[in-house]
Amino acid sequence: MANTMPIEYYQQLEEIQAVDFVIDELVLYLDTHPTDQNAIQQYNHFALYSKQIKQKFEESYGPLQKGSVNIRQDYWAWSGPWPWQV
Amino acid sequence: MDQQRERFTPMKSYVPFRGLFDPCPPIGEKYYSTPPNLYVGFQSPNLEQFTPQEALRKGTLWKVFYDYYDNPYKRGGDSGHG
Amino acid sequence: MRSPAPFPQRGEEIVWIYEKKLQYPVKVSTCNPTLAKYLVEQYGGADGELAAALRYLNQRYTIPDKVIGLLTDIGTEEFAHLEMIATMIYKLTKDAKPQALKEAGLGEHYVQHDSALFYNNAAGVPFSATYFQAKGDPIADLYEDIAAEEKARATYQWIIDMSDDPDLNDSLRYLREREIVHSQRFREAVEILKDERDRQKIF
Repeated sequence: MANTMPIEYYQQLEEIQAVDFVIDELVLYLDTHPTDQNAIQQYNHFALYSKQIKQKFEESYGPLQKGSVNIRQDYWAWSGPWPWQV
Repeated sequence: MDQQRERFTPMKSYVPFRGLFDPCPPIGEKYYSTPPNLYVGFQSPNLEQFTPQEALRKGTLWKVFYDYYDNPYKRGGDSGHG
Repeated sequence: MRSPAPFPQRGEEIVWIYEKKLQYPVKVSTCNPTLAKYLVEQYGGADGELAAALRYLNQRYTIPDKVIGLLTDIGTEEFAHLEMIATMIYKLTKDAKPQALKEAGLGEHYVQHDSALFYNNAAGVPFSATYFQAKGDPIADLYEDIAAEEKARATYQWIIDMSDDPDLNDSLRYLREREIVHSQRFREAVEILKDERDRQKIF
């Protein structure tokens, strides 16, 4: 594994962080507003979108969580680098 | 949203009582935070949101809850509220 | 009464899944072990992220179903914040030599732990379960949670006041804002539990 990550890694990661943050915020909102249909619709939209962009990220940089496919046959990409290192 | 924000100020201050023999130079105004969650009440539906990118940077999806904080003593006491 | 919900509410097994990313892109601009010494207050201190996560997740077993989801989700987010704080401490002390740690007031820490992170507060007092409560009374517990969020918000303010690292302050502002949103949701949880709408009005 390279010692530093390419700039695209940070850009793609931040897009995931932004989308997942919207999900985090909608989840907390829905926990106290469980019948808000607009919020549920928005949550579902972002939940699907998050899956798509994570799949794309994982194709280049390896699994974000266990259960995701390790695309590379020759390297176990889970081994690093870790979030506090990059 | 802007109307909602104008209903309150997120920072208040008071001037502590000064005794005749207090050794430290007076701090002037002493500040404390009164963030939006003290005023908004049970959140109503369909409030204005930030874009996902802005929301991440600001730490909230909902504009009404955003409260930027900076060291109030750095500003030289020119920002008295409340 | 609501129909009894199966326990646990979400999914069939209790499992936390590690996701290999931070909730927010943490950046630090200076090698500054002194700031790490302050930040550890939010790692292993009374109002820190570990205490918050353990407090909320533990309260879930004895609170009405209506707010279990909220405690689960906020408690889980606190672990994401714990990893952000750990990342800041790690980056602020990484590659710092013993002499630099000593000058930052971390000489005692170095003697015990080298640069390892440890769950203690800014004064070096080890973490304790006595930092949080589980009273079993839903209102008492939620009021404690609201207070915990406000105390954590205040701690972030005091650290921002002490810090001159703009990138670090950016991440700390993010975490302070999260405390505001969490406090808001706990306040709403109290409103949900005290609500009279489900009952016949007899007054």
